Amino acid sequence: MSHGLTPSQTIGPFYFGTVTKVYHQQLAPPGVAGERIELALTVHDADGAIVPDSLIEIWQANSHGRYNHPEDRRNLPLDAGFEGYGRVSVDTQGCARFSSVKPGRVPWPEGGLQAPHVNISVFARGLLNRVATRLYFDGDPANAEDPVLKLVDPARRATLLARKDDKGVWRLPIHLGGPKETVFFDC
Amino acid sequence: MSKEIYRRAPADAHPPNLSPEYKSTVSRAPRQPAIVLPHTLSEITGPLLATERLDALENDLTQQRSGEPLGERIVVHGRVLDQDGKPVPKAIVEIWQCNAAGRYHHPGDQHDAPLDPNFYGGGRVRADEDGRYQFITIKPGAYPWKNHHNAWRPAHIHFSLFGPAFATRLITQMYFPNDPLLGFDPIYNSVPEGARHRLQSSFDMEATRPEWALAYKFDIVLRGRNATPMEG
Ligand SMILES: [Fe+2]
Repeated sequence: MSHGLTPSQTIGPFYFGTVTKVYHQQLAPPGVAGERIELALTVHDADGAIVPDSLIEIWQANSHGRYNHPEDRRNLPLDAGFEGYGRVSVDTQGCARFSSVKPGRVPWPEGGLQAPHVNISVFARGLLNRVATRLYFDGDPANAEDPVLKLVDPARRATLLARKDDKGVWRLPIHLGGPKETVFFDC
Repeated sequence: MSKEIYRRAPADAHPPNLSPEYKSTVSRAPRQPAIVLPHTLSEITGPLLATERLDALENDLTQQRSGEPLGERIVVHGRVLDQDGKPVPKAIVEIWQCNAAGRYHHPGDQHDAPLDPNFYGGGRVRADEDGRYQFITIKPGAYPWKNHHNAWRPAHIHFSLFGPAFATRLITQMYFPNDPLLGFDPIYNSVPEGARHRLQSSFDMEATRPEWALAYKFDIVLRGRNATPMEG
């Protein structure tokens, strides 16, 4: 017997009361292996305006390319204190910042490896469903062979590429609509 | 390894992102179709928050302040299941809601209704091995919003679930049975007609606590896995 899925609804504007108590901005406490990264994700609507009441979650592998999850049964190191989960609401500038380590490469089911990437969920008032996207690191040589990027129209691939600013922060604008609409995935 | 580990949602399960009656979807709904991703480790893993420590009273929203909140005390309970009816064990369930007067404990809520110093409106619990969860709270009020003239949200409780994977993440809202405002609410009615009723809790006489609280039951169904011909 099949049970009908519970439909999605918007997070609405007033989630502040609960979920701010369980924010995870710092994913990698001292001692976690890997290259330290700072992420700055901004959320924009179809007109380019910031979406000040959006919430971003991220999920990533550790620097060895291992997910901290029972489905990942590969014999790679797990880091104590590194779950790989982050959740932050955007600030008044529409920006959510995370501190982490650069994820390692994870396998593609048909063989080969994916390029380093961070999985992203965006929630907002006016969004009836979670939208999912990915962050890739601009300039990483592995991007050229990434099987997910290859699924994307080359003209839109740049919407998934974070760029490093002059302070060393990886910046990725997420456009919910408009001419620069980000590529979203049915995952 | 199969590339379709979790079942894809049928087209009539979730609301379309663009639901113009809900006005703020117009500038926020993506217009390009989402690209279907094969399921890789990135999608079939996800935060389990296994080491997250929850306080025992986090599921009792009436015990989070020095006094008891005003309003009708209720029990909200149910199970977290997958599409095969199998329990999703140990899932964290988060809720948030307004108070009995229809006001959120949130700086952005300007509704002309009183705040209740004894009601914060947020709770969490970890479901048990059978996916069972329970909250004690007060019945939230209806509140007006600016979507259209004389727009009112039916009483609702926001729910957030992680489930076992990035692919199973869900945020939704639970409504109360036969609320007359449901027929006027663009957010509830954004859901395809055949699936809307799944967002209504049911009155649960059996779970009421005599001389203390009425009860509502709300089961949540997350994506299930495809049958695996072979486990790799
Ligand atoms: Fe609400």
